[in-house]
Amino acid sequence: MAHAEDAEYANEPLEFQSAEGRNNILGFWIFIGAEFALFSTLFATYFVLVNRTVGGVSAGHLFALDLVLIMTFLLLTSSFTCGLAIHAMRSGKVKQMINWMILTLILGLGFVGFEIYEFWHYAHEGATLSTSAFWSAFFVLLGTHGLHVSVGIGWITLLLIQVKRRGFTPRTTSKVFIASLYWHFLDVIWIFIFTGVYLMGLGGL
Amino acid sequence: MKWDEFIITGDPLILGAQISILISGIGAVFVLTYFKKWKWLWDEWITSVDHKKLGIMYILIAILMFFRGGIDALMMRTQLAAPNMTFLDSLHYNEIFTTHGTIMIIFMAMPFLIGLMNVVVPLQIGARDVAFPFLNNLSFWTFVIGMGLFNISFIIGGSPSAGWTSYMPLASNELNPGPGQNYYLLGLQISGIGTLATGVNMMVTIFKMRAKGMKLFMMPMFTWTTLITSMIIVLAFPVLTIALAEMTFDRLFGTHFFNLTNGGMPMLWANLFWIWGHPEVYIVALPAFGIFSEIISTFSKKRLFGYNAMVYSIIAISVLSFLVWVHHFFTMGSGAVVNSFFSITTMAISIPTGVKIFNWLLTMHKGRISFTTPMLWSIAFIPNFVIGGVTGVMLAMAAADYQYHNTYFLVSHFHYVLIAATVFACFAGLIYWYPKMFGHKLNERIGKWFFWIFVAGFNICFFPQYFLGLDGMPRRINVYGVEDGWFALNFISTVGAFIMGLAFIILVYNIYYSFRYSPRETTGDSWDGRTLEWATSSAIPPHYNFAKVPEVTSMDAYWKMKEEGIDPNKIEKYEKIHMPSNTALPFVMGCFMFLVGFGLVFEWFWMGIVGGIGIFACMAFRSFDYNDGYYVSVEEIEETEKRAREAK
Amino acid sequence: MLKNGKSLKWLAFLALSLFLSGCGNMTVLDPKGPVAESQAWLILFSIGFMLLIVLVVFILLTVILVKYRERDDHKGYQPDIEGSHKLEIIWTIIPVIIVIILSVPTIMTIFELEEAPAATSHKEPVVVHATSVNWKWIFSYPEEGIETVNYLNIPTDRPILFKLTSADSMAALWIPQLGGQKYNMAGMETQLYLQADEVGTYAGRNANYTGEGFADQRFDVVALEQGDFDTWVEETQNDAPELTQDEYDKLMVPGSASEMTFSSTHLDWVDHSTDAEYAINAWDRMGYVPLNPHSRAWKSI
Repeated sequence: MAHAEDAEYANEPLEFQSAEGRNNILGFWIFIGAEFALFSTLFATYFVLVNRTVGGVSAGHLFALDLVLIMTFLLLTSSFTCGLAIHAMRSGKVKQMINWMILTLILGLGFVGFEIYEFWHYAHEGATLSTSAFWSAFFVLLGTHGLHVSVGIGWITLLLIQVKRRGFTPRTTSKVFIASLYWHFLDVIWIFIFTGVYLMGLGGL
Repeated sequence: MKWDEFIITGDPLILGAQISILISGIGAVFVLTYFKKWKWLWDEWITSVDHKKLGIMYILIAILMFFRGGIDALMMRTQLAAPNMTFLDSLHYNEIFTTHGTIMIIFMAMPFLIGLMNVVVPLQIGARDVAFPFLNNLSFWTFVIGMGLFNISFIIGGSPSAGWTSYMPLASNELNPGPGQNYYLLGLQISGIGTLATGVNMMVTIFKMRAKGMKLFMMPMFTWTTLITSMIIVLAFPVLTIALAEMTFDRLFGTHFFNLTNGGMPMLWANLFWIWGHPEVYIVALPAFGIFSEIISTFSKKRLFGYNAMVYSIIAISVLSFLVWVHHFFTMGSGAVVNSFFSITTMAISIPTGVKIFNWLLTMHKGRISFTTPMLWSIAFIPNFVIGGVTGVMLAMAAADYQYHNTYFLVSHFHYVLIAATVFACFAGLIYWYPKMFGHKLNERIGKWFFWIFVAGFNICFFPQYFLGLDGMPRRINVYGVEDGWFALNFISTVGAFIMGLAFIILVYNIYYSFRYSPRETTGDSWDGRTLEWATSSAIPPHYNFAKVPEVTSMDAYWKMKEEGIDPNKIEKYEKIHMPSNTALPFVMGCFMFLVGFGLVFEWFWMGIVGGIGIFACMAFRSFDYNDGYYVSVEEIEETEKRAREAK
Repeated sequence: MLKNGKSLKWLAFLALSLFLSGCGNMTVLDPKGPVAESQAWLILFSIGFMLLIVLVVFILLTVILVKYRERDDHKGYQPDIEGSHKLEIIWTIIPVIIVIILSVPTIMTIFELEEAPAATSHKEPVVVHATSVNWKWIFSYPEEGIETVNYLNIPTDRPILFKLTSADSMAALWIPQLGGQKYNMAGMETQLYLQADEVGTYAGRNANYTGEGFADQRFDVVALEQGDFDTWVEETQNDAPELTQDEYDKLMVPGSASEMTFSSTHLDWVDHSTDAEYAINAWDRMGYVPLNPHSRAWKSI
C-alpha cells in the first residue's frame, strides 16, 4: 500500500521503505514475542519434570558434550553467516547474499542432521518419548526447536528462489530480513537449551 | 474402529440433533442453489478480506454457538430442576457441561468480541483495513475449522467429557478413552492459532495504521482495550498451545507429561491451563469494558470520565491477570505462603476494576442519559457485575475459598462476571454497532423486551446458586437427592434459565423483524456518536471505509469535528485508494487443517500427514504470491460517495 | 420498567439479609467444628463488607440515573469534565484499604488452618488416610489398623489429621459442616485438619469432578464420643475381616461400592501418595480394559 509517509523512510534500508514491509517486520517481532512465550512454557515444563526419570536412563548418563558442542558451533556460525547475508543485502549484492544464505542453510542442515543422529542414538540407548516424564519433556522441547530450524530451512530456500527471480525489492528484502530475525531467534533459543538442558544436565542438576 | 462407534447412536436427543442438522444443511444448500447465491457467497464472504465482513461472519457464528451452548445449558438445567431426575444419564450430562463451558468461552465469547473488534477497530482509528487482511481471513477460517471440529464431536465419536478445564489424569487415555478428549485438544489448538494471529494483527493495526494525528492517548477506549487484549493473547495463547500439544502427545504418542505413569505430573496441567486460563478471562472481559465505555459516554453525551485512569487501570489489570492463576486451585495444598500471596494479588485486581466502575458512574454524572437499548445493557452491567465482583473478592480469600471451591457459589460468581460483563457487552455492542454493519437499527421496543426478560431470567437463574453453594451443592454433579434439600432453589434457577432462553428467541425475532421493517439509516451517524466509526459517508461504510482518512486532533475525534462544524466527508478531490485482493487460500488451508485435526482425533495418521503436506504447500504457494492488491479508481469512489450523499 | 427492575433487586437483597439472619439452615454457615467455624466467620465478615460496597454502588447508580436522565427540565449538564484526580485517588485508596482489611483475617486463617485447631492442639490427632478411587472413598486408620470404605467414624473434640491421596483422578475431600475441602491427588499427599465438636452424622463427599460416578462419590461421617469411638475400633479390630490385596484390587476398578469395614489397611502394600501407578496395574490384574464409553453404551442396548 502506497502511503504518503513512505517518503520519510526513503533513507532507511529497502525492507523498511514500504508500509507493508514495516508492518510485516513489526508483526514478526510481536510473533517472536509469542514464540518466546511458547518456548518459555516448554522450558518451564522441562524444569518441572527434569528429575522425573523414574529410575530409568538419566540425562547426565547419555548427554555427550562433544556432539552438543559441534551442534552449537554449527548453529552459532550459521547465525553469523546469516548476519553477513543481510549485510550483503543492505549493500545490494544479490549474489553474495545468496551465497552467504546457502552457507547458512548448509550449516543449519548439518545441525538438524546431528540432532536426528542424537535422537536416534538416545533411542538406541533406551531413551524415547515414552521412557519417562523427563525424556518426554526433553524430546518435545528439543524437537520443537529442531522442527523450527527445519521449517526455517525450507522457508529461506523458498525466499532465495524469489530473490533470484526478482532481485531486491521492498517486498523480497523485507521477507528475507524477517527470515533472518527468525533464524537469530532460534539461535537464542538454542543458547538457552545449551545451558539449561545440556550444561545443567551434564552438571547433574 | 467400528462403524457404530464412529457415528453416535442410541440417544434420542442426539438423534434429534442429527436430524435437524441434516435438514437445515439440506435447506441451506437448497436455498443457496435455488436463489443462485453460491457465487455471491464465495466472492463476497468466504474469500473476502474486508474486515467488516469478516467481523460479521465472526459474530454470526458466535450467535450460532450461543444457541448451541445455550441448548446445552437448558438441558443441564432441566436435568437439575428436581431431585433424582433421569433426563440425562451421567455420561451425557458430563459431555454437555464440558461442551457448554468450552463453547461459551472459546467459540462464543471470544469470537463475538473479536468480531466486534474486526468491524469497529479499523473504523475507529481511521484505517482502510487491518494491517494483515490475508491473515485476518486465515484467522477466521482457522477459528471456523476449530469450532467445526469441536462441534461435530457429539455426532461422530462422542464429545469430550472431562470438563472445560480437562484436568489430568481424568482426561488421560486410561480414564477417558475414545476420541472425545482428542476433539477438545485439536479443536482448541486449531482455533487458538487463529486467535494468536488475530492478536498480532490487531496490535500492528493499532500501532501502525492510526489516522494522522491520533496519538495513543487519543484512541477510543474500545481500541485501547483491543490493544491490551491483543497483548494478553500474544503472551497467553502460546502457553495453551504448548499445554494442549503436550496433552495431545500424552494421548496419541505415549509421552508422560501429565498422566499417572512413568513420572507424569497431573498438577502441571492445572498450572499451565490456568496460566493461560486466567488471562483468558480478561481477554473476554477487557473488550467488554471498552464497549461499555464507548456506549456510556455516547448516551450520557459526555466525554469519558478519567480517560487516563481508565487506560492505566486496564494495563494494571492485564499485568495482574498473569499473577493470579493459583487462585483457581487454592485447595491443591500449595502451602500457606503461596496461598496468601495469590489471595492478595487476586484481591488487588478489584482495585483497578473498582476505579473503572466509579469512572463509569461519574461519566454518567452530570450527563444527559438516554435509555436506548445499548445503554440499558451498559447500565445493567454495573450492578450485576458488582455482584459478580464482590463475590470474586470473597472467593479470593483462600481460607474461605476452601468452602466455596467447586460449588455453585463459584458457578454463580463466574456467570455473574462473564454474563454481566462479556455477554451484556456482546449484546450492547451488537445493538450499538448494528446500523454500522447492516444499515438499520434493531427495533428498540422489541429490544427492551429482550433486555428486561434476559436480565430478569439471568438473575433468577444465577442468584439462587450462591445459596446452593453455601448449602453444599458441588458443581458438575448430574443428580442430587431429596434429602439434600436443594430442590426449591434449583427449580427457581431452572425457571430463570428458560426465561433467558425465551429472551434469546426474542433477539432472533428482533433481527428478523428489524430486517423487514426497521427504517433504513441514511447517514453514517446513527446514535450521534463521538468516535470515527460514525464519521463514514454512509450507514454501511464502503469497502475502503473512508474516501479520505480524516485527520484527528483530539480524543472523541468525530464529536470534536461536529462541534467545530467540520464535515469529514466534504472532500474536494478524491485520490485512488489501494486495497487488498480477495483470497481463497485460507479457506483451502482451513480444509487441510480439518484433515489434520480429524485425522489426529481418530489417530488416522495418514490423514494427518496428507493435511500437513497440504498446509505446507499452501504456505509455499502464499510465499510465491506477489499479488499487491488493486486500486479503487477515482471514478468509482466518486460514484460511491455520490450515492451516499443522495441517500441523505 | 426501570423501577420494577430496581425493586426486584431490592427484593433479592431483602431475601439475602433474611437468609443471613436465619442462615442456620445453610450447611456451610452451620458449622459443627472449629475449622468450619473460623471459615464461616470469615465468610460472614466478608459478606458484611461486600454488602456495604454493593450498597454504595447501587445507591450512587440510582441517584445518578434519576438525576441525570434525559428530560425536559434537565439541569447540570457538563459535557467536558475530564476527570478529577482527587476523586480518583480517593476511590483508589479506599479499595486498597478494604483489600488490606480483608487480607489480614484471610491470611491469619490460612495459616491457622494448616495446624490442628488451637483449642485441642494438645490432644494427639487421629490420623486418617483418605484415598479417593473412582468413585469411592477408602479411609485407613493406620494407628488402629482398620480400614473403612464409603463411611468414616471419628471421635469428637479431637483433631483429625487427614492424609489425602488418590488412586486415580484428582478428587477433593469435603465435609462442609466440619470444614473446607482439599484435593486428593495420585502420587502426592496433602494434609487437612478437621474436627467435630458435636456428636452427629455429617455429609461428606468428593467435590472435584471425577467422571461418570462423581455424583455418587459421597460418604457419611459419624462423629462419636471418644468412648464410643474406641468401642467401635475395638469391635472392628476383632470382628471385621482382613483386607486382602485381591479384594483391594477389585476396588481399584472404576465403579461404586457399598460401605465396607476391614481389620487391616491397604497401607501394608501400597501408599498411593508414592505410587501413582498402582490402580492402573491393578486393572491389568483384574482384566479391566477402559473403553470408549459410547461403544459401551451401544453394547448394553
